[in-house]
Amino acid sequence: MKGLLSFKHGVHPPENKDLTAGIASRRFPFPDEIILPLSQHIGTPAKALVEAGDRVERGDVIAEATGFISSSVHATAAGTVKSVELWPHPGGDMVPSIRVAVDPDSSQMQRPRMVPHWQDVRDEELSKEIGRAGIVGLGGAAFPSHVKLNPPKDQPIDLLLVNGCECEPYLTSDHRTMLERPEKVYLGIRIALKALGITRAVIGIEANKPDAIEVMRKTVPDDLDVRVQPLQVKYPQGAEKMLIKAVMGREVPSGALPSAIGALVQNVATAANVAAVFETGQPLIERIITVSGRGIRKPGNWVIPFGTKLRDVIQQCGGLTDDAAEIVFGGPMMGQGQGNLDVPVLKATGGILVLSRDECKRQDILPCIRCGKCLEACPVFLNPQLMGELAKAERFEELETEANLRDCMLCGCCSYVCPSNIPLSQLFAMSRIQLKRLASND
Amino acid sequence: MTDPVVKITASPHVRSVDSTVKIMWSVVLSLAPVMAASVWFFGPSALLVILASVAGCLATERLFGSHPGSLADGSAMITGLLLGLTLPPGFPLWMAFLGGAFGMAFGKIIYGGLGQNIFNPALVGRAFLQAAFPVAITTWPAKTQQWWSLQGDNFALPFMSPGVDTATSATPLGNLKFGDDPVITPLADLFFGTTGGSLGETSAVLILLGGLYLAWRGHLNWHIPLSIFVSTFVVSGLFYAVGISQFPPLFMLFSGGMMLGAFYMATDMVTSPVSNRGCWLFGFGIGFLVVVIRIWGGLPEGVMYAILLMNALVPFINRATQPRLFGTSGKKKKKEAGQ
Repeated sequence: MKGLLSFKHGVHPPENKDLTAGIASRRFPFPDEIILPLSQHIGTPAKALVEAGDRVERGDVIAEATGFISSSVHATAAGTVKSVELWPHPGGDMVPSIRVAVDPDSSQMQRPRMVPHWQDVRDEELSKEIGRAGIVGLGGAAFPSHVKLNPPKDQPIDLLLVNGCECEPYLTSDHRTMLERPEKVYLGIRIALKALGITRAVIGIEANKPDAIEVMRKTVPDDLDVRVQPLQVKYPQGAEKMLIKAVMGREVPSGALPSAIGALVQNVATAANVAAVFETGQPLIERIITVSGRGIRKPGNWVIPFGTKLRDVIQQCGGLTDDAAEIVFGGPMMGQGQGNLDVPVLKATGGILVLSRDECKRQDILPCIRCGKCLEACPVFLNPQLMGELAKAERFEELETEANLRDCMLCGCCSYVCPSNIPLSQLFAMSRIQLKRLASND
Repeated sequence: MTDPVVKITASPHVRSVDSTVKIMWSVVLSLAPVMAASVWFFGPSALLVILASVAGCLATERLFGSHPGSLADGSAMITGLLLGLTLPPGFPLWMAFLGGAFGMAFGKIIYGGLGQNIFNPALVGRAFLQAAFPVAITTWPAKTQQWWSLQGDNFALPFMSPGVDTATSATPLGNLKFGDDPVITPLADLFFGTTGGSLGETSAVLILLGGLYLAWRGHLNWHIPLSIFVSTFVVSGLFYAVGISQFPPLFMLFSGGMMLGAFYMATDMVTSPVSNRGCWLFGFGIGFLVVVIRIWGGLPEGVMYAILLMNALVPFINRATQPRLFGTSGKKKKKEAGQ
């Protein structure tokens, strides 16, 4: 693996991708009920356009974006709106959500939607169409794609980086997307290039997916200036800054966006879903999701409609094993632990993991022995050892001004390597919440 | 389907298999050949001295440690073993026990236990013994007896003068520095340990192997021993070349407590810098001080004080070697306007 492009530091958690990498994605059966939170993205929650009793068809817009950074929500199955009410959200809070009783007799044909041919759309109108389809970044952050495709005018983009790294262990949904829908990924790339008014793209793929690298290389359209770039297998290779460093050899300045050095990163699954908008008019209503871990009986890759409840996913996948210990939305490094089986699958949910007791075993927390492993792991060169001491002493302001807490991506590398099991990234996440509280009290 | 009993924790949900406890016990394991060699060279006395020092450390940790389970982390065991290995084979056992107890109590526990101390506790114990019992700690029995007979006066009663009149010999460093007829001990003897000296001082090759094993496992920061060796070699080589020093550079590397100090004392994670850059500075400082003390100091050996002095500088080194933040040219980004 040496000699491949990468970034400095990072960690090598066991990949565990073979549980699902070879399993082709299948359509998930429509559940009895879907729950669509108005907030499935970074930014202002969408505003509901329906009320109890309304009939909705699959693909109908049922909540519209409000404000500059926001995203609309579409019905992911046909049925009748039961209510708009507070419902448990994978993020941990109760969030206003649209409950839809799915019509068991419906064919679940998507409502036809008129979308112009992408080549006929003016460049700057493309992102609006993408916004209308409710597309957000599917790599995990769920940042509205139409906003990202409109970078600041003084920071022109000249390179599109397509993210096929999928550096989180267990997850194989991007891998399956590249294997099963390469032509969709390329159409998405064409559209993004046109929207940005540029011609060059690089697809970064970790070297542990040789089949995906081969498929993507074989299917590069002749008229596209696209390079498929194998990258070293290392977490968090798929973080924007790390991918840019690996491919371009440049560091995004601290506090700035990738556009500051002319780069824009888009996930392969996002690209495939952008393509679907212009091919069939389908808005963002479903995606490939990896269901994995040794705590679920039948791991696999599924095309799951958003709003499907965790309970239904577990049932469809054979139920929990006897030693199932923890359920996670996302990957094991940055994903969120779930305590309620009624939470719905969201746009940003790339994986659902049920970890067995052995997989998520933890030992007692011991004092820091200043071994320095966290400094050697941090991909943005912070000093997690010092930050951990500041956080424990509740010296939050120093954490921000002296120790650069803002630059922390909460990637979890420091917690992962800590031999004393100190929950460093959790301390940093909590410190940020504290700082926000302090700021709002002022 | 009923709701399962699950734990709900913050990310990351998986952890590396390394643990502080594992690191500590693998250090203990890597010292086993060195201890075996000391028994091979010095007979049962070696084992008794090591056991006495370990007993002093464990008893003190158990009595005054932060919690009753703190023995299990293995750190008290390491301190005991390392201190024992710095003592001469004929050392009275009660002194070894006392040294272990002092090192633990005043080198570690009063600071707050594991992770809180500034100085290497084994070396604190050794420094105490050197100050309190300067004669006993520099008495090196001549190796003329049967393997199984005790060396020197292990069972001396506390505060009594030695009952046995031991035949003594000099260590290679002492011989070269203070001997009437200074000789340079051949490197091969130093390397394989067929010389006089403290228990763990004499077998460079086994310490080297143990250290390499730990470095390979990632349980030892190899930057520290490497920088110590480089700096010792270069600095002593310079002085040797211009005729100021009588110590050839390779002799410097393989004699005395250099190997044990560089691989096992200086690399104590708690009392060494956190960053690799810091570790380079730390190691260079130790190497330089060892050479200076050996050439001009009042003692034949300087590894202990060199490490203790550099331990004291670790907080300063840590402050001076903060990592460069990603996407900046320095450790701190410029304060943004208006914040």
